[in-house]
Amino acid sequence: MSATQIIFWFLSALALVSALMVLLSKNPVHSVLWLISVFFAISGHYILLNAQFLAIVNLIVYAGAIMVLFLFVIMLMNLNKDMEPQKNMWMKLAGAISGGCLLMILVSLVRQATEIGGKVAEMKTGNIGLIGNLGKVLFNEYVVPFEISSVLFLSAMVGAIVIGKKD
Amino acid sequence: MPIQYYIILSLALFCIGIVGVLVRRNVIIVFMCVELMLNAVNLLLVAFSKMHHGIAVVNDKATTVGTDAQLFVFFIMVVAAAEVSVGLAIIVMMYRNTHSVDVNFLNRLKN
Repeated sequence: MSATQIIFWFLSALALVSALMVLLSKNPVHSVLWLISVFFAISGHYILLNAQFLAIVNLIVYAGAIMVLFLFVIMLMNLNKDMEPQKNMWMKLAGAISGGCLLMILVSLVRQATEIGGKVAEMKTGNIGLIGNLGKVLFNEYVVPFEISSVLFLSAMVGAIVIGKKD
Repeated sequence: MPIQYYIILSLALFCIGIVGVLVRRNVIIVFMCVELMLNAVNLLLVAFSKMHHGIAVVNDKATTVGTDAQLFVFFIMVVAAAEVSVGLAIIVMMYRNTHSVDVNFLNRLKN
């Protein structure tokens, strides 16, 4: 088992366990911290796939900005104590069973698919994920969506301020 | 790594997110599970882009197949950041009006 495989299995286990702990922990602050752990694991996967730009963007945008925003809102609402009313047992069981059935069906479909048999995601090689290549394509072919996304950010900022303003 | 491993990992993360949306009642946790599902899809897109690049690079060393998928992931992250800011503003406003973050309580839009 090579080092790449060991890192892959470690990151996968870290992502799955942290994602489960997001659901299972009662305290919302702990859920946010476990979700940050999931994002770090996914960034590790991106680095393993040699998508270095996306790994850094994932860390800065998700683990840095968005999760701090979540933590800030939770602290603002003073929710960092376990007072969440529980759904009744049968509803929880029904949710878990339906999600598990969906996972089982999708996994069995993936295992039956012959088109993807033997296909390999290349790791540690290939330079499409480096920032030079992505920047060239982003500012040549995708410059219009890039500018439109700046308008989207402006409207989101104005919308968040208008909604959050105390009237 | 075979692409099936990445597909199954992404499916597992996505289904954990779905179970979280169905099971939890705190609206912030539900929102975080939506973010988890978005990230599972992003991981799958990046894995597929590397798969296609690996197939195309055998014939042409200088190919840039797969760059579009990674930019797509970048735009998904951009839209997710805007969505989170508006969503959290809505949650803060509802909490200020009703003093509750329970989705069973917030399911009535009027009053």
